[in-house]
Amino acid sequence: MRTRKSARASQYLALLGYLVFLAFPFLWLISTAFKPPRELGSLHPTWIPKDPTLANFRQAFDEQPLLDAALNSLIAAVGAAVIAVLIATPMAYVMARHRTRLAKAATGWVVVSQAFPFALVIIPLFLVLKNLRLINSVAGLIMVYVVWALPFALWMLVGYVRAVPTELEEAAAVDGAGKVRTLVSITAPLLAPGIVATALFAFISAWNEFFFALVLLKTPEKQTLPVVLTHFLGAEGVADLGPLAAAAFLATLPSLVVFAVIQKRITGGMLAGAVKS
Amino acid sequence: MRTKRLVAMVVALLLTSCTACTGGDGDGGGSRDGRVTLRFQSLAWQQESVDANRELVEEWNDAHPDVKVEYVQGSWDSVHDQLLTSFEGGEAPDIIHDASDDLADFAYGGYLADLRGLLPERLKSDIPQRSWETVTFGDGVYGVPFLQEPRVLIANATWLRESGVRIPTPEQPWTWDEFRAITDELGDGEGKYGVAWPLKEPVSATLDLSLSTGGQLFHRGSDGKVRIRFGAADEVVPRTVHDQVNTDGSASSSTLGSGGSDTLPGFFGGKYAMVPLGFSYRQQIVQQAPEGFDWQVLPAPAGADGLTQGVSPQTLSVAEDSPHKEEAAAFIDFLLQPRNMVRLALGDWMLPTGTEALRDPALRVEEDGWAVGAELARYLRSAPAQAVRGYPEWKDKVATPAFQEYYSGAIGLGELRERLVGDGNLVLARYQR
Repeated sequence: MRTRKSARASQYLALLGYLVFLAFPFLWLISTAFKPPRELGSLHPTWIPKDPTLANFRQAFDEQPLLDAALNSLIAAVGAAVIAVLIATPMAYVMARHRTRLAKAATGWVVVSQAFPFALVIIPLFLVLKNLRLINSVAGLIMVYVVWALPFALWMLVGYVRAVPTELEEAAAVDGAGKVRTLVSITAPLLAPGIVATALFAFISAWNEFFFALVLLKTPEKQTLPVVLTHFLGAEGVADLGPLAAAAFLATLPSLVVFAVIQKRITGGMLAGAVKS
Repeated sequence: MRTKRLVAMVVALLLTSCTACTGGDGDGGGSRDGRVTLRFQSLAWQQESVDANRELVEEWNDAHPDVKVEYVQGSWDSVHDQLLTSFEGGEAPDIIHDASDDLADFAYGGYLADLRGLLPERLKSDIPQRSWETVTFGDGVYGVPFLQEPRVLIANATWLRESGVRIPTPEQPWTWDEFRAITDELGDGEGKYGVAWPLKEPVSATLDLSLSTGGQLFHRGSDGKVRIRFGAADEVVPRTVHDQVNTDGSASSSTLGSGGSDTLPGFFGGKYAMVPLGFSYRQQIVQQAPEGFDWQVLPAPAGADGLTQGVSPQTLSVAEDSPHKEEAAAFIDFLLQPRNMVRLALGDWMLPTGTEALRDPALRVEEDGWAVGAELARYLRSAPAQAVRGYPEWKDKVATPAFQEYYSGAIGLGELRERLVGDGNLVLARYQR
């Protein structure tokens, strides 16, 4: 019994250490965002700013169109998440339920495609989007994000579909439900946590993406937050640290809010009790 | 119900965003109703500099209703990849702000216009030949160098005054030997150092400063091929840094992997008497230094070739694909009128390349070290090897790790030479077949 307790304590300790490790950069970012320039140059930095100021936030908003950029990022990220999920869900169902050679090959391709570096695809992609007149357009960026998120989204959802017991679908069929009815009324609700988790993945990866946005969006009014954040950086890594921290702090908030709102969906344990034993 | 509302919100958001979605302007910066629209991508990032650029664009637009310039803010981060993609896709800005050491690939790749027939005589003669050399690739000139910054020593003035050491000036700088002796005198061996070298990027710092001792490293032979030689003149600067760190203990070893900004807290906290930094770092010092902190700008040490050092100026280029090269060149000429060059230089805390702008009293004041910097301008030359093909690979794969190991004391001078020359020439040979 004592061994089990000490093992549990060790687990909590490790978890606490991991949380501290994860939280450190974010807390430091908040602290930096509220520090005046002279405190940023201190040899003995403090967690709590001695003379907290909102000047960094004011400067960040004065210098860069942060709200416009945030709206662009939101449109791109929500659009990418919704479309990726709409496309990936039926595909994942087919791949999970019909294990043919084609499905296996498709799964292999999905894994391989994750290894392509951005630099390899950006120029052909740029040319394709140019021909479609989608350069400097958030719609073009959404298309890119959807394509980029699809393989991983598909891979995630295949796992979720496989976790849904086929017995449930068989039982629905026995009760007279058609294929579509079964999918909509039985399978889809059980997949909800997986769909939400996948959408979250697509949202966050699009929200944070920098390189495609940098290359594809030409005019300032179309740029997304990660691109606008680099405007606080100079050559050789010199940075306007205070405003950069303030803007970066604001940029992390939507991700946190989205995650906080939908995390219950992911951890809800909706499959519990679905099948009578 | 809640789910339905969420879906409705998402759909509404996507629908309302459609007007923002389809925004390709599609005109490629060309003519519209007889008017020319030029896109000027600027990398200005400090607020004063962005303001100066925007004001100048507005002034141009007010005075030239038929040639409108659109200000587009780029960023130094990933500018090379972003420009390369834009060039390949035929969507590059008409006027391009960059640094001279980034231009070689674009110039040789045919992406930039040769400016020789486009620029007015006023501008050509105002900028010294040594600056034009930084943007000359082959027979062509592919940019206008307009801002540059020397490396200087930012010193704790109180510390230096109290120590009684001779304060160097551009007329009577320290020699490298004198510099080493003085840093040894200033350090106490117990956590206070005469100097902190921020050498996260050791190659350009070492090569640029080595011009003062006559070090060239890259030598072009009669066959036109470039080879690396590491002679006595090339040794002086790296040996000084190595010995300060590893023999005298007068330089902090902990800053060798740091960037310039990382050393400032220690400098303000009285750990280091001096920090070698780019001239523009003065802005950060003005912003961040504690109240009453007394600092001053000193020239970098001099060698056999005096105060000479290498720089990679900021440049303005014109895209080869631009249908309005003459208008773009005219805008560059306007932007780089002496009075405007001064405004840009003050905004970026750097030095203008133009000789007339350099004479402006605003850049000759003692405050914040402007006068010392302006005196150094005539000693600035093209950074070594910036036009040598294969240099980026040599720098990343060979020279950076070799210098880092040498400065930290992991390898000796013989091993450094072997790697820079032996491995380095193998890299360059691949580019010169």
